[in-house]
Amino acid sequence: MSLVRFLASHRAEVLALLLQHLRLVGASTAAAIAIGVPVGLLAARKPRLGAPIVWLANVAQTIPSLAMFGFLLPLPFVGGLGARVAIIVLILYALLPIIRTTVAGVSGIDPVLIEAGTGLGMSSRQLLWRVQIPLALPSIVAGIRVAAVIGVGTATIAAAVGAGGLGEYIFRGLSMVDSTVVLAGAVPAALLALTLDGLLLGFERLYASGRVPRLSVTFALLLLMIAPLAATHRSTATIRVGSKNFTEQIVLGELLAQTIERDTGLAVERHLNLGGTFIADRALASGAIDVYVEYTGTADTAVFKNPVETDAGRVLERVRTQYATRGLTVLPPLGFNNTFAILVRGADARRLGLHTIDDARPYAPRWRAGFGYEFLQRADGYPGLSETYGLRFAESPRAMDLSLIYRALADRQVDLIAGDATNGLISAYDLAVLADSRHYFPPYDAVPVARSAVLLRYPAVRDALASLAGRVSAADMRRMNRAVDAEHRDSAAVAREFLAQLERNGQTKE
Amino acid sequence: MIEFREVSYSRPPAGRVLESLSLTISRGTLVALVGRSGSGKSTMLRLVNGLLVPTTGRVLVEGRSTREWNLLELRRGIGYVLQDVGLFPHLSVEENVALVPSLLNWRASTSLVRAHEMLQLVGLEPSVFARRSVRQLSGGQRQRVGVARALAADPSVLLMDEPFGALDPVTRAELHREFRDIQRRLRKTIVLVTHDMAEAFALADMVGVLADGRLAAMAPPRDLARSNDPRVMPLLAPLAEMTAIIGAPE
Repeated sequence: MSLVRFLASHRAEVLALLLQHLRLVGASTAAAIAIGVPVGLLAARKPRLGAPIVWLANVAQTIPSLAMFGFLLPLPFVGGLGARVAIIVLILYALLPIIRTTVAGVSGIDPVLIEAGTGLGMSSRQLLWRVQIPLALPSIVAGIRVAAVIGVGTATIAAAVGAGGLGEYIFRGLSMVDSTVVLAGAVPAALLALTLDGLLLGFERLYASGRVPRLSVTFALLLLMIAPLAATHRSTATIRVGSKNFTEQIVLGELLAQTIERDTGLAVERHLNLGGTFIADRALASGAIDVYVEYTGTADTAVFKNPVETDAGRVLERVRTQYATRGLTVLPPLGFNNTFAILVRGADARRLGLHTIDDARPYAPRWRAGFGYEFLQRADGYPGLSETYGLRFAESPRAMDLSLIYRALADRQVDLIAGDATNGLISAYDLAVLADSRHYFPPYDAVPVARSAVLLRYPAVRDALASLAGRVSAADMRRMNRAVDAEHRDSAAVAREFLAQLERNGQTKE
Repeated sequence: MIEFREVSYSRPPAGRVLESLSLTISRGTLVALVGRSGSGKSTMLRLVNGLLVPTTGRVLVEGRSTREWNLLELRRGIGYVLQDVGLFPHLSVEENVALVPSLLNWRASTSLVRAHEMLQLVGLEPSVFARRSVRQLSGGQRQRVGVARALAADPSVLLMDEPFGALDPVTRAELHREFRDIQRRLRKTIVLVTHDMAEAFALADMVGVLADGRLAAMAPPRDLARSNDPRVMPLLAPLAEMTAIIGAPE
């Protein structure tokens, strides 16, 4: 029911994503036909050449799709962000079924017919066009059908590299833990797959029925697939804003995008669902996006592979210089630190007067603790924490899934947890953050990272981004995360309200 | 005219198929080649239209070696009726028959008129059969279409590989009768391969007997019937049996 309501209220967006999805599948399937059918024909006619080709197509299909995007992103020409790399990946997946059925279709032809054609004086080209292709056509169409249906499924992954399509909803829904949004992507995708399957099955039957409407229908079929491409248009002077694929990042992406739109009047293109730090970083390096928000600690350890450093100023300086050598500029921090947070129930904190982790030490021996699997293992996780603060618990800490850990604390299953400093559930469950007064955790200050060339060309963009410096507190971020995650509000609307509120505060303060 | 001069043919797994075989087929005659399965009969047909090339020796068509012919030109000038007919299932009856004329770039309308004449010739009413799918034809009708297709471009030479093989005896006799009529009118140079001596006697001017890759005998039916060559007699045995049961024809 909520799905129907969601689809109705997001009609225009659903339609746009559906069209994008069709465009991806149509373009890639058409290209795969253009490549796969000739290759299949060649493979069938020259088996010695054919075997390695089929083997290669087989291998391409065994590579997980997300890994394939990862391989291709940094490559010149084919790589980068958006529809191009997605279409290339989809082509690679569509090739195998098309090549395979083309080979099967041609080699399945009765040898008597080949002898008849040759014996009556057909040249090998005439044999190909008048006998082999028409007779292999039903089998080839079957391959196209399989390829298109696989394509609809694989194209949902394409949202991870900013190519759009119905996968946008699936990824957005997963990061919001909102099954309605996931279904809003998954259900239309499934319907699309079924429709295409039925349509192409019709074509297949038509061909197999004998009275073949000839190649003209095949070309009509191809045109049908390429048609959505014609609708593609590309604007020129745009700033491309990226983000990783979880709630906070998407909200921050909107924040940057709306600020740039408001202050500079430039058009902004959003790529707000990039599948992780690696992909976002590659996108920025290749110029597929111009700016996204990174966390200093993540840049330090994950991007530049530096040893753990806990001094916020030193980490910021280090990543600033390292980014600079790559032609990227680190803008002033937004103001919050999305670090690990040691949390207790708000009621306990108030009753016992707890403000820092040190304050909790005397009570710890009567408490149970719950930590994420990763936190229990990491050098900058529990082992160092208990040593630095001398924490001892009633029993050895419980390993828990991160998505359940806040609830477990609120429900009194445990008494102290390590969470995410800006998680929206902290305020939703009335939890309290204990300050890391000994600076044990590395800093994860949120900073916009932008392409230096773009900032030079559009100084207004630099000014717009700098205007956000120090304006987003951890409490602000928690509130926005909560609005999206717990209250299921639209991330763009949440960002818009926050910006409006900043403007009001600015007027009263300055 | 077709000439085999000292033709040997061998292929890797089977070894020697034809052994130093010489034979002349003069213009306008119908020669039947008879022999057991694997005696090399079909190989001889494929040597004529260049689907195979002799290992040694030469096959001459119209005085020119098949090695020197442009193969497409050679084949388009020779009608070929295959053992399994080999009609194209994606084409209609008339499209099958008009195939060779279309390969020779005849005008489409001319090819079609010709195809309808040929269907008439083999006893298939064009208004009924021309547009049909070949999948809807009976065995006998398929064989007739195969013959019509081979004759469409008016070739001087016709190669027929067991053309009436897979038919019931009644249909077969009917087709034999009609085919004799056609040949009386057209006077093609025909090489017909069969394992059935009765069929050879019914149709051929000359009958050649193949055994172990060699030509064991080559004679008109009447003479061959009296042969006491041990390589020929087994092939005559079924006929002798029949005669013994129903009495001699004279």
